[in-house]
Amino acid sequence: MLAFAQLLDRLSYEPRRLAKEALLKAYFAEAPDPDRGYALATLTGNLSFKNAKPAMLRTLIADRTDPVLFALSYDFVGDLSETIALMWPSAAVDDTPPAAPPPLRVVVERLASAGKAETPRLLETWLDGLDETGRWALLKLVTGGLRVGVSARLAKTAVARLGGVDPNEVEEVWHGLAPPYEDLFAWVEGRAGKPETTDPVPFRPAMLAHPLDEEKDIGVLPASSFRAEWKWDGIRVQAVCAPAAGGAGHVRRLYTRTGEDISGTFPDILAVLDFHAAIDGELLVKRDGAVRPFGDLQKRLNRKTVGAKLQKDYPAAIRAYDLLALDGVDLRDRPLAERRRMLEDFLAGLGEPRIDLSPQIPAGDWAGWARARKSPATFLPREDAEAVEGLMLKRLDSVYVPGRPKGLWYKWKRDPFLIDAVLMYAQRGHGKRSSFYSDYTFGVWRRGAGGEELVPVGKAYFGFTDEELQQIDRFVRNHTVNRFGPVREVEHTAETGLVLEVAFEGLNRSPRHKSGLAMRFPRISRLRWDKPPSEADWIETLNAFLPSSEA
Amino acid sequence: MTEPLTLTPQGLYSPAAQVHIDPVRPVERAVITHGHADHARAGHGAVLATRQTLDIMAIRYGRGFCGCQQAVGYGEAVTLNGVEVTLHPAGHVLGSAQILLNAGGHRTVVSGDYKRHADPTCSPFELVRCHTFVTEATFGLPVFRHPPAAREVEKLRKSMSLFSDRTHLVGAYALGKAQRVIAELRAAGYDRVIYLHGALEKLTRYYESQGVYLGPVEPVGRRGKDLAGELVLCPPGQLADRWARRFTDPVTCMASGWMQVRARARQRGAELPLILSDHADWDDLCRTIVETGAAEIWVTHGAEEALVHWCMAQGRRAKPLNMIGYDDGDESGEGPFGGPSAGGEAHAAS
Repeated sequence: MLAFAQLLDRLSYEPRRLAKEALLKAYFAEAPDPDRGYALATLTGNLSFKNAKPAMLRTLIADRTDPVLFALSYDFVGDLSETIALMWPSAAVDDTPPAAPPPLRVVVERLASAGKAETPRLLETWLDGLDETGRWALLKLVTGGLRVGVSARLAKTAVARLGGVDPNEVEEVWHGLAPPYEDLFAWVEGRAGKPETTDPVPFRPAMLAHPLDEEKDIGVLPASSFRAEWKWDGIRVQAVCAPAAGGAGHVRRLYTRTGEDISGTFPDILAVLDFHAAIDGELLVKRDGAVRPFGDLQKRLNRKTVGAKLQKDYPAAIRAYDLLALDGVDLRDRPLAERRRMLEDFLAGLGEPRIDLSPQIPAGDWAGWARARKSPATFLPREDAEAVEGLMLKRLDSVYVPGRPKGLWYKWKRDPFLIDAVLMYAQRGHGKRSSFYSDYTFGVWRRGAGGEELVPVGKAYFGFTDEELQQIDRFVRNHTVNRFGPVREVEHTAETGLVLEVAFEGLNRSPRHKSGLAMRFPRISRLRWDKPPSEADWIETLNAFLPSSEA
Repeated sequence: MTEPLTLTPQGLYSPAAQVHIDPVRPVERAVITHGHADHARAGHGAVLATRQTLDIMAIRYGRGFCGCQQAVGYGEAVTLNGVEVTLHPAGHVLGSAQILLNAGGHRTVVSGDYKRHADPTCSPFELVRCHTFVTEATFGLPVFRHPPAAREVEKLRKSMSLFSDRTHLVGAYALGKAQRVIAELRAAGYDRVIYLHGALEKLTRYYESQGVYLGPVEPVGRRGKDLAGELVLCPPGQLADRWARRFTDPVTCMASGWMQVRARARQRGAELPLILSDHADWDDLCRTIVETGAAEIWVTHGAEEALVHWCMAQGRRAKPLNMIGYDDGDESGEGPFGGPSAGGEAHAAS
């Protein structure tokens, strides 16, 4: 428990991904089985205890503290686990860590088996014996929401690094494994063979594309070796279905491209998976045969439960790109041309309207691809054309390789939308950029109640060079008109201010934003020192970028 | 009997002694508890304080920071308009004092800022029994329980051996905290040179002149990348400022009582938070209130609400004094971590 607590503590203050990975790796190298496996389980969100919940923790602390003092403290600290950890009355005020905190193994196994009445007593005993960091870590473990900035992928990568295994290989076996993952550690450490994938519907790490280098690649890559398809603006998924091991029915699963299981969020997709195959495709919302804007899909994402109304209003669908396995045969070592033929036959035989084929572009040269990229509407119905975010160029002979192999697949995104906006607020960045004002809120003009005014429309924190960062930083420091904690308000009048050319990939209506608009993937593309703020864009310009269904 | 103290726009005032305590604006006569800028301001007529507090004010504001000065030693009685005034160690920073006003047998103590944890750089807190106790409440919430300094220093040294090729940059207030960090490191056996940002030099030299052992310290000067693996102290505001860019990939550490709360530490970009406070924590605030024997508790600058609530629950009369002008060490301006003013001058030590 002590080592795990220290790990979480260090992770919570470490902003850099590589340093986080190093901390995780060092922990996995040192901690014994099964402790490290339980740590991995909680870091990947695969551990929960049905009898230990936040409400029970509140009761525990309420029995020990004055409710007014607790309320004032919680208000200040802003995190339930941390408030309880700090306020928990302990005999020694953290003078020395207690002699022997229970190993993580004991904590996890006892919590898993303890009944409703026993659980609070168990926790009390442990909390009494731990120091503050230990209590905090224990409470985080119990509530599940670690919030230490570690994704499941990062935790798995750190495990892979223990033995120089490719993280994608860990992903492949992952879904067939269970805590405390002793077989996984034995394999990466070279003490045993690769765990047998007993999972009938495993995740297969996705093959990704390199961005096309317009200067080096166009006209140079041999067009005849490539085939172009549309790049859809949804989320990349893998839909897998196979007969269950015992022969009773089917097992179905929907994964994101990072291997996260999102089956529970899309029961409407799960319901139509009825085959023995693995499809790689794009998850979209489709209504009456037409693709809906990304904003509609967003309403379906990140939900634990989805009601019937949501499913009806925003019906999910898959547009298939690739076929990774069919009838128990792995197809990933076959060339794309062959997989594509099999995919077409497979979908034709399936006849499921929720799973359709992503069409290839009927052009075979650079000029034709450039035209398709520029105006997809000449090839597609309007709604579908609006959901295209560019082209994919794939070598016909490419086998399906996990990760981002060189020279096989390219993405050629459509040109981003551009607007000229005015810098309004700036905030300091993190990690290496912590001394610079590097997070920018920008706005455009509108006619408000008090006349012409700037309304914030987005936030960006990259896109600029190091040199430009220094220039903006200097501008922010010299033009601060107000401070709100870590945020500086920067001068933004019609005459004085900094105009930023902002590039973004798409725009949606959003009731959560003051302007009613939300940009996708905004970044600073140019600094317009030459433009006075009065010449920046108006909200009407932005509104014109909305998809037709939201305009 | 009239109130022993009243609140005026200038700050806390004793009508009987006709003197202000730590006034925030210029007054005729002031008693100053300690040298932090929010307690000790320039421009008063006459100032009564410990020799060290007066010296510190002169270092910060120049020799002529007030009309006339009177230095008193701890425990040495001075009578002001019939009220006996004595200063007692507060354990906060070098020269810090609690003020005892004895008006016809009614004893009132103004704590100023104080702490009860051991500190190698100043005289330890002395408990003074009284009828009315005016206490600070900077860390007046039960979530604040400061760990022993040795544990935090150990944390720092462990990080230094783990990341032996990176500069450890510790943000610490210029008065008190910086010198305490150095002294605690020396006590733990760290004997290498410790490098200082220019804003910390004068006060550090002053501490040394007062017999506080700080070992080898040197100004950073023009050095930067060549201080890899070394320990550098700077004012908190400099941690995230341009000055810090001279070091390659430093480990940013912050020495402050606020570091106990993770969100605070993260918000400030502290990779290595050191919970090192020069104020009393919750347990010590409560313990001190009880030990003074005071029947009447006045709570000033900080989290007054919680401490007043606690006193009432204990059956003691208590009221908050909502004084303006004192930093709680975090909320004013950009707090201890930024702003041009915090760059060179520390406003308050937390």
